[in-house]
Amino acid sequence: MPGPFETPSPVTEKPGGPQPGGELSTVRKYLQARGNSALADKGFRWLMILCALSIFAIVALICTELVLRSQLTIAKFGIKFFFGSAWDPVNGNFGALPFVYGTLVSSIVSLIIAVPLAVGVAVFITEMCPRMLRGILAFLTELLAAIPSVVYGLWAVFVLVPILREHVNPILIKLLGWSGLFAEPNFGIGMLAAGIILAIMILPIISSLTREVMSAVPNTQREAVLALGATRWEMIRMGVLRNARIGIVGSIILGLGRALGETMAVTMVIGNSPQIMKNLLAPGYSMASVIANEFSEASDDMYRSALIEIGLALFLVTIVVNGLARLLVWAVTRGAPPRSA
Amino acid sequence: MGVGINVTNLNAWYGTTHALLDINLPIPANEATALIGPSGCGKSTFVRCLNRMHETNPVARVVGSVRMGDIDIYKDVSPVEVRRRIGMVFQRPNPFPTMSIYDNVASGLRLNGFGNRRVLDEVVERSLRSAALWDEVKADLKKKSGASLSGGQQQRLCIARALAVDPEVLLMDEPASALDPVSTAKIEDLIFQLKSQYTIVIVTHNMQQAARVAERTGFFLNGKLVEFDSTHKIFTNPGDKRTEDYITGRFG
Amino acid sequence: MANQYRTSAWNRYSRYVSDHLATGLAVLSTILVIAPLIAIFIYLLYKGASSLNLAFFTQIPKPVGETGGGMANAIVGSAVVLAIGSAIGVPIGIAAGVFLAEFGQGGRLANVVRFTADVLNGVPSIVMGVAVYSLIVLPQKHFSAFAGGVALGIMMIPTITRTTEEMLLMVPHSIREAALGLGVPNWRSVLSVSLRTASPGVITGCMLAFARVAGETAPLLFTAFGNQFWSVNLAQPIAALPLQIYVYALSPYDEWHRLAWAGALVLIVLIVVSVSLVRYVTSRGVLKGAN
Repeated sequence: MPGPFETPSPVTEKPGGPQPGGELSTVRKYLQARGNSALADKGFRWLMILCALSIFAIVALICTELVLRSQLTIAKFGIKFFFGSAWDPVNGNFGALPFVYGTLVSSIVSLIIAVPLAVGVAVFITEMCPRMLRGILAFLTELLAAIPSVVYGLWAVFVLVPILREHVNPILIKLLGWSGLFAEPNFGIGMLAAGIILAIMILPIISSLTREVMSAVPNTQREAVLALGATRWEMIRMGVLRNARIGIVGSIILGLGRALGETMAVTMVIGNSPQIMKNLLAPGYSMASVIANEFSEASDDMYRSALIEIGLALFLVTIVVNGLARLLVWAVTRGAPPRSA
Repeated sequence: MGVGINVTNLNAWYGTTHALLDINLPIPANEATALIGPSGCGKSTFVRCLNRMHETNPVARVVGSVRMGDIDIYKDVSPVEVRRRIGMVFQRPNPFPTMSIYDNVASGLRLNGFGNRRVLDEVVERSLRSAALWDEVKADLKKKSGASLSGGQQQRLCIARALAVDPEVLLMDEPASALDPVSTAKIEDLIFQLKSQYTIVIVTHNMQQAARVAERTGFFLNGKLVEFDSTHKIFTNPGDKRTEDYITGRFG
Repeated sequence: MANQYRTSAWNRYSRYVSDHLATGLAVLSTILVIAPLIAIFIYLLYKGASSLNLAFFTQIPKPVGETGGGMANAIVGSAVVLAIGSAIGVPIGIAAGVFLAEFGQGGRLANVVRFTADVLNGVPSIVMGVAVYSLIVLPQKHFSAFAGGVALGIMMIPTITRTTEEMLLMVPHSIREAALGLGVPNWRSVLSVSLRTASPGVITGCMLAFARVAGETAPLLFTAFGNQFWSVNLAQPIAALPLQIYVYALSPYDEWHRLAWAGALVLIVLIVVSVSLVRYVTSRGVLKGAN
């Protein structure tokens, strides 16, 4: 190497670079003939935009179809559609209250069961569990989310319902019958069965999101509480859950959103009876289930319109609920909204 | 052969920050021109203006004239065309991780639609020889991925990749700053040998490196070109006091 | 005076008890959650495995009253419907993801697209089925495999879009710059460099979406509708595994119940394998060597 201020020594080795008139000026000629690809770039950009906008178009289409095809019953019944309790397709009388009631009650029952368990699992996995078990347990709860609805329904019909009918419900009737919530007749299928299977299905969502928001709480919060002499549970309660509570509420709402729209498993165990009863052991009906059961047989336009209006209501409610949930979860984790199960 | 670049009244902004102020710099052909200066003085920004990489930043703006031969690279041609004639080697080696060594070197041509196998083979070999990497990799050209080489080798691979499209100018933005001294020395040797075919502009933090490889040196400070002269003069008898302060280590 | 700083024995005791109670409850919850999972799997295995024979995979259902038969038409039908769905969902999803990552960062349009994709993700599957029925089945006046494929494809889009965007954003900026610096046009750089570098993750996202819709029944109820016989005609109703399971489960015939369990086992195995594969790929590091 020549020193700082000396002229460089002559190049001793032929560098093997471009030769005049050799292959590389072929390269140069080729590239110069290529042009500026501005057209291709523009075309590409517009193609991507088109695909992105197609998502918008799809949602818009879904919305308009639902609104258009439910016009008949919207015009005839107005808002009273959702307060009428008589579902009488034969006589053209449609009241959707039983289904609204069924959807709400089954969802609430499922939340009552699922939330404590999901939060418990999340707390265990995030704060208490030995490191080795963490991955396996997380994987198993995610696996719960992967099981299709119809498989849950199958299992519920042949396993859960008999267990409820023979073992659980009689005890409930005996112990809690005074409340009116648990009474004969006891078929096994009904609101409680639907609530339980829904609970199992929404558990993974609530649990994994809760885990995410809990993990997002910085360790400094945990350490601060521990440094004050708190027990582990107090640390979790004051240092983690308190900070994450907005996100946990968000995950619960997301679970609710999922429960509201869940169809197959619920349809298989809810009993499909459009009645409003306090008894949780009685058969009921949900908004998603009535559509699933009766849509193919809906013979006239009014009938179909009624069912589509129920679908429209379900659509709007789930948008609002999911939107709210994502807002809350995002506010806590402060990133892109997490993957839904 | 390389061509020279003539920069007149170049101004550049990042959003509202005025990063380059009225730069006038004639870069001679077939020589190595070094650009030195403290961190943040604008030398990297300047070099990225030469191949229109500066404008890939959404808030970037450029005003002024950069001429290569008789073509104004901002007004007469598209950025894509400019970058095929003015190549760039970046500070950190960035070979394409999913491609083999061969594919990396050939990428500039392949991704522009060039398909002639025979010519590609020869171009790859020539470029790797120019980058002094051929002997080390010729056995596993297609088997090893570009990312599996050592740091110094990766940077030479990037140089080979840049050379494969046969540019007239090669811009090097602190090419050896992430490398160990042995690799640095190899790169500097390379620059020596490449000078005869290409015009080279090298940004460097290392004044000794500038002194070793470049005929001319420009000193940047706070977005302005303070002094531009032969390397010898800059380092032995700088005209501007600020240049002298920088070289003697009073700051930066 | 020192006494005011000493906690009472009762205080310490009750905090000790609460701590252990909380731990116990958390462990109990975990057991209560994992138990049904294991129960379901074991029961599926027990009920389904015995019915899994060659006939299951090669024959169509026998008429009511006869034993034997299988769900070959449902398996093939599911494959057909999923293929159509993927053909629709994967390109649109990836393209939308490319848009969000490359052209949309911080823009208004991008935020609208992301929000819309989220909305689409939350649409209950039964509503999706009704909508596609309205849009495709009604005008065509018949149920079809195509309509079923469309419904599933639409449901795949949001997951694929989100994953593609995330994975593309993880491609280091330096790689992108390297491609641009060579004078490669932007579109080629996005496709052949960025997307290629991100491809393990993008493929993972597609598999995730696929696994999710593979088990969906509700969207197929009024679109693909189901078919007791062998059919691969895209313009006719077609059988699908989840649909068949649903119909059989609710039927009064033991033979069909047996088939339902077998079908459920096949479905679960497929899905669990996909999910596990996805997890394996992501845990090993999606962008191997990109750093």
